[in-house]
Amino acid sequence: MWKTILRRVLLMIPQVIILSILIFLLAKMMPGDPFTGMIDPTIGAERIEELREQAGLNDPWPQQYVRWVKNALHGDFGKSYTYKYAVTDVIGDRIGNTIRLSLFTVILTYLLAIPLGLYAGRYQNSKFDKAVVIYNFVSFAIPTFVLALLTVYLFGYKLRIFPTSGSVSIHETKGTMGYFMSQMHHLILPAIVQALLGTATTIQYLRSEVIDAKQMDYVRTARSKGVPTGKVFNRHIFRNASLPIASNAGYEITGLIGGSVVIERIFNYPGIGNLFISSITERDYSVITALTLLFGLATLLGTLLSDIIMSIVDPRIRIQ
Amino acid sequence: MFTKKKKKNNPAEAASIPPMGIRMIAREFRKDKLAIFSLVVLIAIILFAVIGSLVLDQDVVTKVDILERYTKPGEVNMDGHKYILGADEGGRDILGLLIYGTRNSIFIGFAITVITSIIGVSVGLISGYYGGVIDNILMRIVDFVMILPIMLIIIVLVTIVPRYDAMSLVWIMSVFYWVGKARLFRAKTLSESRRDYISASKTLGTSDFKIIFRELLPNVSSLIITNLTMNFAANIGIETSLTFLGFGLPAKTPSLGTLTAYANNSETLSNRPWIWIPASVLILVLMLSINYVGQAFKRSADARQRLG
Repeated sequence: MWKTILRRVLLMIPQVIILSILIFLLAKMMPGDPFTGMIDPTIGAERIEELREQAGLNDPWPQQYVRWVKNALHGDFGKSYTYKYAVTDVIGDRIGNTIRLSLFTVILTYLLAIPLGLYAGRYQNSKFDKAVVIYNFVSFAIPTFVLALLTVYLFGYKLRIFPTSGSVSIHETKGTMGYFMSQMHHLILPAIVQALLGTATTIQYLRSEVIDAKQMDYVRTARSKGVPTGKVFNRHIFRNASLPIASNAGYEITGLIGGSVVIERIFNYPGIGNLFISSITERDYSVITALTLLFGLATLLGTLLSDIIMSIVDPRIRIQ
Repeated sequence: MFTKKKKKNNPAEAASIPPMGIRMIAREFRKDKLAIFSLVVLIAIILFAVIGSLVLDQDVVTKVDILERYTKPGEVNMDGHKYILGADEGGRDILGLLIYGTRNSIFIGFAITVITSIIGVSVGLISGYYGGVIDNILMRIVDFVMILPIMLIIIVLVTIVPRYDAMSLVWIMSVFYWVGKARLFRAKTLSESRRDYISASKTLGTSDFKIIFRELLPNVSSLIITNLTMNFAANIGIETSLTFLGFGLPAKTPSLGTLTAYANNSETLSNRPWIWIPASVLILVLMLSINYVGQAFKRSADARQRLG
């Protein structure tokens, strides 16, 4: 198993290199550089040119790329143009919020999807199953931003049950129970919206797996042995059906981090998705580059995680 | 013609052959009232957008009239023009914007679907049919694009492309969204090209080009139709999401996304719902109906799931 994982990790190295080159070139294509903002009558064009030369911005791009990677490995992505401090700190201030939201969403998604999928498959064609199928269809079809807008309008602005912006109330002090409760209060609505729309794949998989498994030999054996029906479904079938779901978990998490852009925007939630949008509008290129790289790496790690989980739960994969 | 004749001569045999293609789809729709309803809704929305945009002049619709800023729905202005759905911050009639926006969103979703399908299906067919080195190279490219944070890269590209317009968005999105299709159709082609009829055709000396486009393509066509419909909905969703965030269509081009994007302003979101709710609801209805029609196509393509 370790061999498989090692091989999979080695496979990731060229991917990381190509990804970083791509993002570096994108960053190069963006208009302006750190010195463009300094142009004014007191500093001549020659002085700017001198500074550019000193910073190595006139070197051929492979050279610049190597320097950029070296700095990035030391955690130096330069300074944010809008916030006037290190990019890593700007991101560090907000990434916790995004991770908290993503984790909470993942937990909610599975809490919702696993029982629904399992019972819909178990009682196929029942009223419950039909309702789940309809819910699945609707949640698959609705775009995130539409549902988010409607919920924030209804629950945030009209009923005033949930806050419409921020990640924590400004009146609470850090470390207290109230602070934690306030954080949760801000999390619930965006997390529920994302979880409600994120269950489709899991339910679909689980439901059809359970339906297929009912005909399988091992299920018949278990039942003829006298294993209680509930146990057959919740232990035997679920373990087998959870395979594709486990392997999907990695993608699920990265999907959430990417999807956070929309949800954080609508709920005015101060995470990195919101930071990305505001940096784009402010043309804060050093932050944009760092964030794109971060999202890219997160996606890579997610697929890696999925493959590793897969090779742990399904030994057949390891042979390949 | 041939099948009709056969039916007359030998009704028993005709009954045992299940109808294929369009007739199968038609039968599936007859069995499912909701599918017919979705189709009717979808056609109605498209007609509303197309006919509406022919009747209304785009310049009149997008003309800014600051006096009518945030006019409430149902109010009549001095020229006797009735704002049935109210006006936006530029005093433009929401109804007119809605018509043009729907037309633009549908057109862009459709254009992206067609372009990505042509690329994706071709790559999938070629990759699956030839296998070997070609397959390896193409699939490495697909794998790589799949792990990219596509949405963010599109946003970055949108901001750096010079002379940005609606067609730029179509191309930028198409560059990234063909890969899923390529992978799907490769898998399908792989299993299909193991079939006997392909081997037989090869033994007869049929050219590869002919096998791929005259023999393989018709056999994956049901998957193409299903995938096209679902993808059409997804692309409208992505376009409107991007536009909502401010990185889709340029502000001067009305779209369902630009109308919902007014909700980015919390004042509009909470106190002027007439501006963004109609567009949101229209997106919702559009998505649900396209997807439901797609589901019916999917069922008719798969004998095990058919209702009829």
